[in-house]
Amino acid sequence: MTPEIDPNERTQAMTRPLNLEAIRADFPILSSKIHGKPLIYLDSAASAQKPRVVIDAERRVYEEMYSNVHRGVHDLSVRASEAYEAVRGKVARFVNAFSPKEIIFVRGATEAINLVAQSYGRLHVGQEDEVLITSLEHHSNIVPWQMLCEEKGAKLVVAPISDRGEVDMDVFGSLLGPRTRIVAVAHVSNALGTVNGLTRMTALARDKAPGVVILVDGAQAVPHIRVDVRAIGCDFYCFSAHKMYGPSGIGALWGRKSLLDSMPPWQGGGDMILSVTFEKTTYGETPFKFEAGTPNIAGTIAFGAAIDYLEDLGLDAVNAAEHELLKYGTAALKSIPGVRLIGTAERKTSVLSFVLEGIHAHDAGSILDYEGIAVRTGHHCAQPVMDRFQVPATIRASFGIYNTTTEIDALVRGIAKVQEMFA
Amino acid sequence: MTFDLRDLYQDMILDHGKRPRNARVIEGASIAQPAYNPLCGDRGTLYLAIGADGTTLDDISYVGQGCSISTASASIMTEFLRGKSRQESLAAFGLFHDMVTAKPDEASHRAIPSLGKLAVFSGVAEFPARVKCASLAWHALRTALTVGATASATPVSTE
Repeated sequence: MTPEIDPNERTQAMTRPLNLEAIRADFPILSSKIHGKPLIYLDSAASAQKPRVVIDAERRVYEEMYSNVHRGVHDLSVRASEAYEAVRGKVARFVNAFSPKEIIFVRGATEAINLVAQSYGRLHVGQEDEVLITSLEHHSNIVPWQMLCEEKGAKLVVAPISDRGEVDMDVFGSLLGPRTRIVAVAHVSNALGTVNGLTRMTALARDKAPGVVILVDGAQAVPHIRVDVRAIGCDFYCFSAHKMYGPSGIGALWGRKSLLDSMPPWQGGGDMILSVTFEKTTYGETPFKFEAGTPNIAGTIAFGAAIDYLEDLGLDAVNAAEHELLKYGTAALKSIPGVRLIGTAERKTSVLSFVLEGIHAHDAGSILDYEGIAVRTGHHCAQPVMDRFQVPATIRASFGIYNTTTEIDALVRGIAKVQEMFA
Repeated sequence: MTFDLRDLYQDMILDHGKRPRNARVIEGASIAQPAYNPLCGDRGTLYLAIGADGTTLDDISYVGQGCSISTASASIMTEFLRGKSRQESLAAFGLFHDMVTAKPDEASHRAIPSLGKLAVFSGVAEFPARVKCASLAWHALRTALTVGATASATPVSTE
């Protein structure tokens, strides 16, 4: 395939350090108060807050150009369609796809995985075949495959993780074989922050399971890491806008064009057809055959604004700043007696999952909330991960581009209050 | 609206959360009802020994793991209900449920005298995210008394 996008054309933002003060000013919600205290938002891994440019982009669509896309000949429809389709190009460049035609808009990573499981999976996975995942997956990258395997009499194979929360590559390799039809792995674990060694995984898969198709759930990676689907060597890559400072309810699936072309549509309806008669319907081309119905138009255009915002900051700078926060936070939490970090992989994004000795995560969450600190408590939609570490739940502090070391200090003081109350 | 964390975490709750009473298995229980809160992963089993009259809760216990609110709620519930009839217990469920889910301006928001020391949970109403923690054992009770169950039954869920 001739690449329509030259990799060298990707925006190479200069690596300049983040201007934290300016970034924080971009996020209106950060000036709000919770229980009378300044909001300290440490839950970006669940969903990130939105900068004003994203909020404005969505509002402007409704105020200045709203109309349905791909349908009308009138001016508004043309403008809305152009703005909508321009985002397809942005997403393609963002992950270094070969072509914008390889980008399918979906509601989020969950829908993308279901699309691949239902469209590709039902066609290619049969009885006794295997789907390989890892034990650090989010429920969204477990359940769609379980449903598929149940329907087809196939087997869901799970690669284990170590005490640090890393996939054991030798075992992962040993679980690949001629019956492996699909490998589905997270780029980054939502509960632990582990960054998977994807290039190693895809190389192993190509070597040991010829014909395998590899899907990467990138929901937790895109806000932190520069993604290059060509370098990763996968076949599908999906993510949600809301974790990367964009709107909720919109996301993207990248797939190799030849694969997408060979796949049947998933949902039927308007916008995905070439012609419809009661006798026969001819489907549209990729990507439109996967986008039935009126899409999230304003959300998609604001998704584009979120990509611009992140690219403008530069993902390398974002990554560097967040790594400092992770280092600072890890050291701070390690210095507190009674704190046990869950997930201590060599390569991590800015996620700190931990438990407090003798104190349930929800009790800690309520007390931290009272201090204005928003953390996630619970199983993080990754119950197998909790089982692996034999904890019912963890407290998860996750950092984004707007977080500061001062906020981590406040978290440390908050943990002291929790421990005091339950001493 | 101002409220204090201490409305939620009263001393009695902290105490029962740390040292739950009646946290034991009742051998030969009439009913063993599992409970599960899928949101947080809390789980446990409620045991009931119903007397010869078919209605008195001769013994009641709860074994499980969870936050201090759910642990204390189960603990105080078992103390409160021992010796009560099925009907009295279901009535208490209704009152407790109304108390912890009350809107601030509703009368039931205030502690209900007939609930005795269960009134310490009136502060839960200020913390909507914690209502399910306080209600888990109670939902198990209601299911146990209205449906009846064995240990192998499907866990009652707060969802």
